[in-house]
Amino acid sequence: MDTMEREVNSAALVACIQKKPRADASFILDVSVEAPPGITILFGPSGAGKSTLLDCLSGLVRPDAGKIVVGESVLFDSALRIDIPPQKRGIAYVFQSLALFPHLSVEQNIEYGLRDIPDQDRRRRIEEILQAFGVENLRQRKPAQISGGERQRTALARSLVTEPSLLLLDEPLTGLDAELKAAIVEDLRAWNVAKCIPILYVTHSREEVDALGDRVIAIDNGRVLSHGAPMEVLDAPRRKRLAQAAGFENLLDATVVDLREQDGVMRLRLGEGACEIEVPLAHAAAGDHVQVAIRAGDILLASERPRGLSARNVIEGRMTSLEQRGTICVAGVDCGVMFVVHVTPGAVRTLELATGKPVWLVLKTHSCHLVD
Amino acid sequence: MNSLALSFELAACVAAILLLIGTPVAYWLAYTHWRGKFLLESIVALPLVLPPTVLGFYALLAMGPRGPLGKLWMALFGHGLAFTFSGLVLASVVYSFPFGVQPLIASFEAVDPRLLEASAVLGSGKWETFLRVILPLSLPGVVTAGVLSFAHTLGEFGVVLMVGGDLAGVTRTASIDIYDRVQTLEYGEANQLALLLLAIAFGVLCLVYAVNRRVWTPAWTRWSAK
Repeated sequence: MDTMEREVNSAALVACIQKKPRADASFILDVSVEAPPGITILFGPSGAGKSTLLDCLSGLVRPDAGKIVVGESVLFDSALRIDIPPQKRGIAYVFQSLALFPHLSVEQNIEYGLRDIPDQDRRRRIEEILQAFGVENLRQRKPAQISGGERQRTALARSLVTEPSLLLLDEPLTGLDAELKAAIVEDLRAWNVAKCIPILYVTHSREEVDALGDRVIAIDNGRVLSHGAPMEVLDAPRRKRLAQAAGFENLLDATVVDLREQDGVMRLRLGEGACEIEVPLAHAAAGDHVQVAIRAGDILLASERPRGLSARNVIEGRMTSLEQRGTICVAGVDCGVMFVVHVTPGAVRTLELATGKPVWLVLKTHSCHLVD
Repeated sequence: MNSLALSFELAACVAAILLLIGTPVAYWLAYTHWRGKFLLESIVALPLVLPPTVLGFYALLAMGPRGPLGKLWMALFGHGLAFTFSGLVLASVVYSFPFGVQPLIASFEAVDPRLLEASAVLGSGKWETFLRVILPLSLPGVVTAGVLSFAHTLGEFGVVLMVGGDLAGVTRTASIDIYDRVQTLEYGEANQLALLLLAIAFGVLCLVYAVNRRVWTPAWTRWSAK
């Protein structure tokens, strides 16, 4: 994949956009994004500005200032007063609502963007895309007569058949079960092996990031927080809202006690001095107030004080709640500060865990992430 | 020419003209963000609340030999506008304007804006989007606008009396004819015509409500098959 991407890197999206959507609101979108061919995920909580960004890229909304370039073509440049209208940008955009035309059949929907193409070529492209997205048996049906997954496939097919230079997807797979989602994403990936265009995929679902993730751009409150591989961006969140969105169940207030630079760690006192833990060294000074994010699934739970561990953080506490949710058990543990811990139902049985029992939490130093 | 046929001719002309003029006006009113839009909306709705005699009076002044429309018409066609069929059509278009425009505005506004954006990113300009998305999805509204302006024109009295006078075969429409016959105590003939207009009005309204409630869906508006 990497070599292929490098060959056609000239087709990348490079954009920098400033936009104040409503005159009265304080929200301002101010971002620079780059997306090489392949799937780039735009991740962030709702209201972060993801959809506004896509609207600007597609030309449906005019940025206040900035520049949008796909490959060689300049689609928008406020300095040069270039603003190509949406119908001439060659960008495909699949909305969350899909916006299939209700009065047209699946085939007519797919044909919609191919008006100016010679008959023969058009037929060939329609047949190809109908097959690639597995909707060839539905061609005569209206959108109201097909299932949710079929509608999503049709919407993708309708956008991609126009052979766009950039594909924008605004949570197009919301509401589908994981299996169906994976199948559609597979079709999308297969299609893009040949076309190799940048795809910007908006989501606020952590699972979709893990399933799709080549690259992630994390965005919140109109700003790009960080970008890179999903692991780097989401496993070490630097902002609180991003930490919550990325599924860090434990967000704890802490005070820096001291820095141990030679060990690459520092000690934090949690809450009102209930307990101390060791976390990776960060740019901070003793006495600073910080927040630390820990995934509930990254915490080990023991029914006796563990010994002989490499983990530096062993905290004693008492289990205050235990609740099974699907295949995981969610435990609340009071260690002076409250922790949420995920354990398997099997572990609950083996360790005979129950509310009121004393337990020990084990945290690896590098499972503790400092957030700004 | 009998009065009923004249009424039908007038109503058909008015409905056709209103669909032609009303569509761009309704499009503009449905999609503009202009802050003064309420002014135009008020003007469009004015005939709903104005007494027909008021409208007819000003129409007559405008169309008279010294009125601006009358002068223009004289210069273009060599005859006046008042008390002619053309004058009647013109006044009726103004009088039935809200009935031709408001159903169109309502149905244009009901089209999901995302569909228009989808059309744009798929390469269609505004005109193409109108023809391929807005118009097909607004067909019930177009039918309603056409039928209502037809029916409303069929039933008008005051404006026709003011602008048209009462010239047999030229401006004597069915509703005027009924009035004339009552004046001359021909109750039998008046009743025949009146019953006919009543039946037509009822039939037309049934058509409008059925189309909008999708009780009966004409083939060309059939898209939300459920």
